[in-house]
Amino acid sequence: MRLSGAVLPYLAAAALVLTVTGLGWGLFVSPADWQQGDAVRIMYVHVPCAWLASAGYTGLAVCSILSLIWRHPLADLAAVEIGPVGAGFTALCLATGSLWGKPMWGAWWVWDARLTSVLVLFFLYLGHVALVRAFDDPTRGYRAGAILALVGAVNLPIIKFSVDWWNTLHQPASIGLTGAPSMAPAMLWPLLIAALGYTLVFATIVTVRLRAAVMERRIRGLLMARAASESGA
Amino acid sequence: MSHLPFIAVAYGLGVLVPLAFVVTAFQRMASARRKLAAIDPRDRWS
Repeated sequence: MRLSGAVLPYLAAAALVLTVTGLGWGLFVSPADWQQGDAVRIMYVHVPCAWLASAGYTGLAVCSILSLIWRHPLADLAAVEIGPVGAGFTALCLATGSLWGKPMWGAWWVWDARLTSVLVLFFLYLGHVALVRAFDDPTRGYRAGAILALVGAVNLPIIKFSVDWWNTLHQPASIGLTGAPSMAPAMLWPLLIAALGYTLVFATIVTVRLRAAVMERRIRGLLMARAASESGA
Repeated sequence: MSHLPFIAVAYGLGVLVPLAFVVTAFQRMASARRKLAAIDPRDRWS
């Protein structure tokens, strides 16, 4: 926790600088697409949120494994704090995708494999958020949430490969781990900077929420200890 | 810029939603820090 306290100001500052730079570059400097025109600028918000929707859920699944197997005390709290943030970024991904789809496809929504699997991801996040808070005994809630998160992780490869496995309206990935990106550098750089900025924003939010959760747990412990000593005296 | 309203709403949401998360997270941390300091002043959370 001391380390997170020391790192937090730098993390927040880097998140702010990179996000503002990436979004500003994407909105004002990067060129319009020859086919999509200026609507392509929505990509600089939509794609980072889409990456974070999946990355956040991966983090949730990793915390669930740490919680179920090693009973790491911070893993439960981290999973609880990642859930609402991941749901928010997934909702943002769906909303900005819809705003991009309307001018390009002529529809706010289509039951396309990529869109539907991301909608399922959003419901998985909401289910996790509700489930971990549904029990009087928090430990049972953490356990149930961890199992749901791990079962739901099967949706992550479906999201990733949905555009390859099915004939979708959504375009395939322009950037991959293998092979050169099929995107002009003038668009790629602001996208990567915005994605890194949004990732640091996500990390900042989760770190701050986690610090608050640890302090709240400490407060509950101190109050319970005080109440026990007063009733015993 | 015929798609300006779509772009403006997307960027508005893209800024406001994360900002709302950031503000509420820092408020929650500040509140927890104040409560902890009131209960046990020896506890030091930087």
